[in-house]
Amino acid sequence: MRYTLLLTLILTALFTYREASTAASTKPAAANPQSVPDKNNLLGLPPLPIPANNPQTPAKIALGDKLFHDKRFSIDGTVSCSKCHDDKQAFTDGLPVSTGHHGLTGTRNAPTVLNAAFNASQFWDGREPDLEGQAKQPLINPVEHGLTNHKQVLEIVRTDPDYLATFQTVFDVSAKKLTIDHVAKAIASFERTLITGNAPFDRYYFNGQSDAMTAAQIRGFELFAGQGRCVSCHSIEQDHALFTDGRFHNIGIGITQVRQDIPRLAHAFLEAKNKGGQVDTMVLTDKKSSELGRFAVTDELSQIGAFKTPTLRNIELTAPYMHDGSLLTLKEVMVHYNNGGVNKAGDPVNDFLSGGIRPLNLTDAQLDDLVAFMKALTSSKYASPITAQAAN
Amino acid sequence: MNVINNSRRNFIKTAGALAIGGTLPISLVELAFADSSQNFSFAYISDAHIQHIKDNRFVRNWDRGLIRAVAETNLLLPKPDFVMFGGDLAQLGSKAELDHGAQILSALHGDVRYVMGEHDYYLDLGEYWEKLFGPQYYSFDHKGVHFVVLNSIRTYDDWTFKRWPTAEQRMLEMAGLDNPNSSPFMVGEEQRLWLEKDLDKVDKNTPVVVFSHSPLQKIYKGWNFWTEDADQIQALLKPFKKVSVIYGHVHQIQYNQIGNISFNSVMATAWPWPYPQSYAQAEQYLPKLTVPMNRADPFFERDATGWQFINIANGNADLNFTLSDNTGRIVRYNDKQKRPEDTLYQDEQTRIIPQTHY
Repeated sequence: MRYTLLLTLILTALFTYREASTAASTKPAAANPQSVPDKNNLLGLPPLPIPANNPQTPAKIALGDKLFHDKRFSIDGTVSCSKCHDDKQAFTDGLPVSTGHHGLTGTRNAPTVLNAAFNASQFWDGREPDLEGQAKQPLINPVEHGLTNHKQVLEIVRTDPDYLATFQTVFDVSAKKLTIDHVAKAIASFERTLITGNAPFDRYYFNGQSDAMTAAQIRGFELFAGQGRCVSCHSIEQDHALFTDGRFHNIGIGITQVRQDIPRLAHAFLEAKNKGGQVDTMVLTDKKSSELGRFAVTDELSQIGAFKTPTLRNIELTAPYMHDGSLLTLKEVMVHYNNGGVNKAGDPVNDFLSGGIRPLNLTDAQLDDLVAFMKALTSSKYASPITAQAAN
Repeated sequence: MNVINNSRRNFIKTAGALAIGGTLPISLVELAFADSSQNFSFAYISDAHIQHIKDNRFVRNWDRGLIRAVAETNLLLPKPDFVMFGGDLAQLGSKAELDHGAQILSALHGDVRYVMGEHDYYLDLGEYWEKLFGPQYYSFDHKGVHFVVLNSIRTYDDWTFKRWPTAEQRMLEMAGLDNPNSSPFMVGEEQRLWLEKDLDKVDKNTPVVVFSHSPLQKIYKGWNFWTEDADQIQALLKPFKKVSVIYGHVHQIQYNQIGNISFNSVMATAWPWPYPQSYAQAEQYLPKLTVPMNRADPFFERDATGWQFINIANGNADLNFTLSDNTGRIVRYNDKQKRPEDTLYQDEQTRIIPQTHY
């Protein structure tokens, strides 16, 4: 019964999209030799939200690009944003947890910047609402860029004639009035160009191209929406798919290892926070506190060990997986979910596990099909800079 | 919107419960306690419905609900003075279910007191339950408040003792909703006489809090949201200045005021019941008791379940609901209106519109 409904929805979506895509295909698409026949790199994505106070301009995007790749914004001159969000590695670093200045490591896996512009909140624990807010934190985190304060960023910008001239052009501000928010806005504008849809799944589901996915991928998609229960958090909408619900769930990663220690950790964390401790510093410098997840931000008991649902777009390119990079392969991820929130079947789950997580009783072959489907989510190429409707 | 003075009443922060760092600095928490020795809090977990499948297998969903509530309760700061379990620990009253539930509850820090639910009772009429948890009805005093625990889920002797060939069938008949073979709950004469004597010793200005499994008010007979002799119990409580009745059984948030008595329900850790209105699918005449909560998302098995901690402030009970995968709610006694109210959703404009059921 439920399955019939799903099929109906899919068919409806396919039909609806055909009409929409006819109109979309009349727009000029960016040239790319690898692009597929429909040449629509945004296929499967919703309109990009652009904050009203930070409109996209080519000059600002170029400035953000330069800032993003500039290593000087770090205490030892080795850390740029792109150190952990490397263009060549789908804007991740391929490491379990990221390395900052002087080889210091944090506690969390670098999420891809690709399509981060669509996130309802930033960071694994959602502690910043937008890209602008996100861009400011790593610069002054003791294990990332390691600067003492944002003034050091502004000093570099103010003493570099190129930067100074560009900031004046882009934001119409004098050197004196330049703030870290201008820097963050430029970086965010650049990141809003890193959006990319048009994966095999998009062509299959939204364009009705039935041969866009392999038989294993199609079986995997059916499991994704059915017995695997994946789609309940990694959402697919009627005319687009971001593969995230933007919410926070305890799925038994990381928290399971510290589960005996949670009362002490939670109380110590709140006390430290109450005495003025910074959440980002505390969670990135202490592995155990990091596992408190969204609770560290909201203080809510129901959020202990909960982390943000990440998008699955380009997941094939962004190993290792989970907020702590503890799972090396997509197969390991599927096994974890199939076990109901533990790496090894039969291990005790943590007390705060989300009610959505339970054993799935999938066979090994079915897990392989799910992994195959994950590989149908890789974009043909990164979308060109675009401007879309302004958000409120 | 909120007319109550938060710093005085809300001595454990509400939505987060644990959240001393959120809106209430530690020093304020301590001050609030110093303010009045009559203010204290306790936790309330209810309706776990631990269900035995066979051998050592139990329904995972119900296990996890209770385990989560216990773990979250243990994180409360400041620590609650005691923990109540509000009944229906078991699904069909078996030793296996009661033992398994007791084992999960044994992880709770501090004193735990128990209320009898019909799912605990109708197999052996509470015999094994008593061995584990003590008497079926009793009273105690704590920091100037008189607490009474009643077994409100008994019924007519004829139904209990003469109607059913086996104890198992009796249990099953009482466990069903809309079951014509069922029978209305009642406290019964034995306990009413005891209650009268018990209350006789208590000063009429002493705040009284009564714990029962079924509502000591009549809401919906088909599901035993009902206690047949509720009016007689209410009459016994009438001479007291401040009375709160706190009940489980309904698996949803309800609150009401009848004369001097405030009524509050608590949430289940197992599953939510729909509101009777949305279930009946036909016109009916339920009293308007509650602000309906947004219904559960069935994917999240914990959605619309939860537990609560209760602040006793100046003799009134304020209920703070911790709802997994959902937004917490607070039902607090409104001094001006003289009744309990949802602090956030009372105003029609601010309510979450319930989902439509087709």
